[in-house]
Amino acid sequence: MRRPSAAHDFRHPRDLHPGAWWAWALGLAVAASRTDNPVPLVLLAVVAGFVVAMKRTDAPWARAYTMFVRIALVVVALRVVLQAVLSTNTQGTHLLVVLPQLPLPDWVTGIKLGGPVTWEAVLSALYAGGQLAVVLVCFGAANALASPRRLLQLLPAALYEIQVALVVALTFAPQLVVDARRIHNARRLRGRRVRVRTLFRTTAMPVLESALDRSVALAAAMDARGYGRTRHLPRSRRRLTSALSLAGSGGLLVGLYGLLSASIRPALSIGAVLLGLALATTALVLGRVRATRTRYRPDPWALPEWLVAGSGALVAAVLVWSSLHGTGGLTMPSATAVPPLAPVPLLAILVGLLPALVAPVPAASAATPAPRSVEVVPS
Amino acid sequence: MIDFTHVSLRYDGAPRPTLDDIDLHVEEGELALLVGPTGSGKSTLLRATNGLVPHFTGGLLTGRVTVGGRDTAEWQPRDLADLVGLVGQDPASTFVTDTVETELAYTMESLGVGPQTMRVRVEETLDLLGLADLRNRPVTTLSGGQAQRVAIGSALTAHPRILVLDEPTSALDPQAAEDVLSAIRRLVDDLGMTVLMAEHRLERVVQYADQVVEIAAGRIVRSGDPCRVMADAAVVPPIVRLGRLAGWTPLPLSVRDARRRARTLRDGLPEVPPPRTTHAGLPGRVLASSHGLTVRYGRVEALRGIDFEARAGEICALMGRNGAGKSTLLSVLAGLVAPTSGTVEVGGVVPRRSTPRELVRRVGMVPQDPADLLYAASVAEECATADADFDVPAGTCAALLADLAPDVPASRHPRDLSEGQRMCLALAVVLSGSPDLLVLDEPTRGLDYSAKQRLGAQLARLAATGHGIVLSTHDVEVVATLADRVVVVADGEVVADGPAQRVVTGSPMFAPQVAKVLAPLPYLTVGQVAAALEQVA
Repeated sequence: MRRPSAAHDFRHPRDLHPGAWWAWALGLAVAASRTDNPVPLVLLAVVAGFVVAMKRTDAPWARAYTMFVRIALVVVALRVVLQAVLSTNTQGTHLLVVLPQLPLPDWVTGIKLGGPVTWEAVLSALYAGGQLAVVLVCFGAANALASPRRLLQLLPAALYEIQVALVVALTFAPQLVVDARRIHNARRLRGRRVRVRTLFRTTAMPVLESALDRSVALAAAMDARGYGRTRHLPRSRRRLTSALSLAGSGGLLVGLYGLLSASIRPALSIGAVLLGLALATTALVLGRVRATRTRYRPDPWALPEWLVAGSGALVAAVLVWSSLHGTGGLTMPSATAVPPLAPVPLLAILVGLLPALVAPVPAASAATPAPRSVEVVPS
Repeated sequence: MIDFTHVSLRYDGAPRPTLDDIDLHVEEGELALLVGPTGSGKSTLLRATNGLVPHFTGGLLTGRVTVGGRDTAEWQPRDLADLVGLVGQDPASTFVTDTVETELAYTMESLGVGPQTMRVRVEETLDLLGLADLRNRPVTTLSGGQAQRVAIGSALTAHPRILVLDEPTSALDPQAAEDVLSAIRRLVDDLGMTVLMAEHRLERVVQYADQVVEIAAGRIVRSGDPCRVMADAAVVPPIVRLGRLAGWTPLPLSVRDARRRARTLRDGLPEVPPPRTTHAGLPGRVLASSHGLTVRYGRVEALRGIDFEARAGEICALMGRNGAGKSTLLSVLAGLVAPTSGTVEVGGVVPRRSTPRELVRRVGMVPQDPADLLYAASVAEECATADADFDVPAGTCAALLADLAPDVPASRHPRDLSEGQRMCLALAVVLSGSPDLLVLDEPTRGLDYSAKQRLGAQLARLAATGHGIVLSTHDVEVVATLADRVVVVADGEVVADGPAQRVVTGSPMFAPQVAKVLAPLPYLTVGQVAAALEQVA
């Protein structure tokens, strides 16, 4: 890969390599998965939010962040409400409130609806929900900073078909929402309030029909634009490539799951990750021979990318290390305890702010401050 | 360069072939224009040039199609991508990547063009089509004209020798259409590119064509030199009708040629033209009004302090470039969009605060894509649900439709109708509620001349019976024949509002062809000229 010297200079406006943003966000997410202490969790969310606020553009995918934050809040709320309604008396002694209890027949044991709600139940739900919420926020940040489509372009040539399928899916999910809103609106013009009974026939069907039309149009356009031109390879070679890449992704998946959930021994999960990586790389090298594609302006991986990805990795490494050694106060001793404060993880999390300083200004917002005329979609 | 030899195409289960014994030859460096009514097989023919028909669509193709010496029977569309660039009717639906720059490079990436060459070609194309300012813009935020130019650009970067365009200007405002066409002309003149193009808006393109091919019901009716074909073609631009009326031979195809011939005609015409052949009703009571109307979407101000009035018996045309706020204004009138500030009143109620039931008696809207309004599985069912929706006697909608377009088959699915037929069906649905005010968002988009004429006659009749009509359009010829009043919107503000006669002759961009030829005489349509000549004689 060519590395123009300007790429190392973070004052030079350009889009940061999407891989760097995703590595950074993944680092924060791994860190969040290692603690249920609200202090580091909140700090992680703040760090992610701050970097997004500093570095995002006006592009449509940048709105993903707000959406993910909303989903995260819903997750937390849902968790707390369910816990409160369904909690059992075994969860602690500090009474928060007594809800009216729904009498259940005798044979339903171990479940109750309503009744006394303890602080312990609510707080532990809040912390556990908060953990998931922060992971979601990190993903939102990655989506907002680097469009997932650009990330998919990094997929090696051998996985090109998968990349295209995902790109098409990514295009249609938001388009479906726009279509649904437009068609739902048009129902007003027929003089009726939309009823749930007829919702499928009057709205869902037309939306699906137009989505299908659009997919067919896109597929035709891609065919006309040379998508899928390949060199011919023997079938056995192609099968070997597919098998290797499947096994490789499987290994990666198991390994990452182990790292995130701490339910598998760390040595084992790291081993699985490495094995998966090796298999996948072999598959990719084999598959590259088939594709004739070239890449337009591949994003350079230069100093800013190393710093951004490194900062995320550092946050993850410190928190994983601390949680393995049981230091740093990452686990709450009990739900009602005052969250312990240890300087090392908190300082490490602050390193996650580094991208706000070292990531270059995105090319889009450097060139045009805001779109002047926007095709208007009535909402 | 493009050779069709006895080509016929029949889709499975179709009663008649979509293409019937087509013989078409386009030489290298030629600009060939395909004309004909909607549903005549133009798009199918265009898509057969790069093999999408029948490789992608299915159907049985007989005869031979060769492009640049390659037979499409043996070459897949993807393997012709280096030779033929195809730009479809709705370019925005064909974008694969995120930003303008990567979109331009997509075809080259598929073809395996080297990185250095790609950089150079993208830069060249950005300049050629005037897209340099847009290079980092997400493709979803482009306006219609910009999207069209990006689509053409992304076909061009692969350096195809043939460019195939399906209605490149029909959704564009006059200025954007001008930009796109001048880019196409530059490709033909400077690079010797072969272009095959279908277009309804003949007045915009016919003067640039080397060959015109008229097609009807899948057969080539006549083809050859534009002047000769235009002499007795069924669909012709106003300038040709003027030429035929004045008996000019050879027929002029551009305003420049016509103006040089028109000297004697101008001298012979009375100073004051006869009224245009529309409904001659005086504007009645105010049906809808807005004061200081402002609409904001996020950070974008779509409308800014609009004062607007629509009156009974009046056809008012909204004009202005893509994204100027026309659709938003119409949507506010129909209660689809709530104003951010300012007031709107339609028939004495506030649209956004009244129930849909109350509102449909006062205002009916046909949205930009008429299909949005339809949801039934057949035309007959659609009419029946419309009767139920609006609480009118059964058969009302069907009767209206029979009036608007007698040839619509009742058993057909609305999606399988032609653009014009679908437009009429949507119009019939909306008219079932007999609203006082009728709001139409670009009703003439994608319609051929005869469909436009029929729609125009319907609208004139509605206006004569006391309905008020507000329509947005880019089509200056429609405005010239139909509108009483023209409102020009730019950047969310009203920049001109007045009688059609005055507004359209005030600016060359909005002036119809007849006005350009006969200026300074204030004639707008061929009909007026014909009436004036009769008076004189």
